[in-house]
Amino acid sequence: MLLIGYGNPGRGDDGLGPAFSETMAAKGLPSWEIDTDYQLVAEHAFDVSQHDLVVFADAEIGASVPYSFREIKPGAQEVLGSHSLVPETVLALCQTLYGAEPRAYVLGISGKDFGEVKEGLSAEAQANLAEAEGFFLDWAGKLSACTA
Amino acid sequence: MGEPRLIEISPVTRVEGHGKVTIHLNGDNEVDEARLHIVEFRGFERFIRGRLMWEVPVIVQRLCGICPVSHHLAAAKAMDMIAGVDQLTPTAEKMRRLMHYGQVMQSHVLHFFHLAAPDLLFGFGAPAEKRNIFEVIKEQPELGKRAVLMRKYGQEIIEATAGKKIHGTGAVPGGINRNLTITQRDHFLSSIDDMLEWALDAVKLAKDYTLEHEDLVAEFGSFPSNYMSLVREDDGALDLYHGNIRTLSSTGDVIFDQLPYSQYHERLIEDVRSWSYMKFPFIKELGPDAGWYRVGPLARMNTASFIDTPLADAAHKELKAVTGGHPNNSTLANHWARMIEVVHCVEKIRELLNDPDLQGEDLIVKGERRGEGIGVIEAPRGNLIHHYQVDENDQVTYCNLIVSTTHNNEGMNRAVKDVAVKHLSGHDQITEGMLNHVEVAIRAYDPCLSCATHALGQMPLQVELFDADGVLVDSKAQSL
Repeated sequence: MLLIGYGNPGRGDDGLGPAFSETMAAKGLPSWEIDTDYQLVAEHAFDVSQHDLVVFADAEIGASVPYSFREIKPGAQEVLGSHSLVPETVLALCQTLYGAEPRAYVLGISGKDFGEVKEGLSAEAQANLAEAEGFFLDWAGKLSACTA
Repeated sequence: MGEPRLIEISPVTRVEGHGKVTIHLNGDNEVDEARLHIVEFRGFERFIRGRLMWEVPVIVQRLCGICPVSHHLAAAKAMDMIAGVDQLTPTAEKMRRLMHYGQVMQSHVLHFFHLAAPDLLFGFGAPAEKRNIFEVIKEQPELGKRAVLMRKYGQEIIEATAGKKIHGTGAVPGGINRNLTITQRDHFLSSIDDMLEWALDAVKLAKDYTLEHEDLVAEFGSFPSNYMSLVREDDGALDLYHGNIRTLSSTGDVIFDQLPYSQYHERLIEDVRSWSYMKFPFIKELGPDAGWYRVGPLARMNTASFIDTPLADAAHKELKAVTGGHPNNSTLANHWARMIEVVHCVEKIRELLNDPDLQGEDLIVKGERRGEGIGVIEAPRGNLIHHYQVDENDQVTYCNLIVSTTHNNEGMNRAVKDVAVKHLSGHDQITEGMLNHVEVAIRAYDPCLSCATHALGQMPLQVELFDADGVLVDSKAQSL
């Protein structure tokens, strides 16, 4: 299983994705490979193709809940730039290039402060991050129990 | 008490994703003026002030999401100078070179396969929905897979040498903070032969395209200019990491040569124009009209006496032969040049991986502190200059950056005008095909605004057409 946390830690709460994946990496979750990056790029399609399940963790703007978690499918091929892809596009590339379609989820963690060039999360983002971590550990634990 | 005011800063990105072309027609519907407006966020030069010198190589990576390594290394070279270090240890220099070759390789691959390939494969006038990497993959699935794996290889080299993907810390003032482990070396060596084979195939693709479309390449955004790049000290070989500055005229005559880059400001100056946030650098002694120049892969092929890796050197000779050894002035030839550099990078990576110095333990040199530092590197898009001054507390008091896209500002504007004159004059409607021709011309320089190019088969670019009275006749906008 693969977890990709992505975002720019130099833009305030946009660093939520990397903060999440780095925390999970520190916990040493068994059977999870953890990746942290600025943004999603085409080569993530290869990484994703090597796994049965992938979770994309990213900051979310304007949400009314601390975090959201949803399953996604390949798509949004039209939203393909040179870098900074959306998760659905990475899945579509993965399907097109490698014929692989792992189960995939997006974990969106709500942020508040994206405007300034600075490091560090807002207090609200930190609280949301803690809730998202709790949810994910619980979910991953149940998943392991199901697949054991 | 004064009136309330709204102050707006827009856009807030550098060049990436924001471009505008304005085209002015005279009464006969002929192009009078065509300009590319790029808004380059230069706040960095201000807010870097006050930061500690050792932080700079890490902070400047925020300048660009696609080539942070270039800024990391240019800043580190400037900080070497401030740290009083003129010569790194062999391990430090070779680790930095390995990082840089990995960076240039992955950046060039991204450009060629993801940004340029849809135009080259399907034609400049192909439907917008056709011009994207998915369509390329459908037609050439093997190309798509290779592009992904070559990018991945370059990115992994960056991670191994800089420490991590995000905000790497490998290069530090006076050296490097890590070496390459045997395990890492063997991992990279295991696929180096594939990388070289694929790089050679990519050169052939770019060369064949250039030769098969000889007439198009000769006329499309082709115009004489000066060229500038670093070249290796003494022998003038291509050197992407270090060297002195060489400038050539469009006919290949030397303007100045082997100028230590710490003296760049004695020979180059930046002009300011009212209609663009981006400056226009030129060679002082020639003035703004005759002294502008181009940088980047093709400029480097023009300025380099030779390439010190055999396969890239052979490819370089083939490119030079097309113009009888004289500088190649064609914008589209940049793609061929870019792929030659990929071959060179892969050859250099292989050479370095087999060098035991990469496992050396002597990583940092200390020297006598100076108050000023200049670092110059050949980034994927061309020459990149970082210039800093620091005070006695090690805090930055001055910062000047001249990025590749700025060096190429005049060249890109001329390319836009050339294409507009040839493909728009006499028309009062902007067609999708015309619009993409303008994009292709800009894209060949791989400026940062290419970053979002192929969303919807387009780049975020606006074209406006004015008549002789300055009235807006037509416009086309493409955005994410």
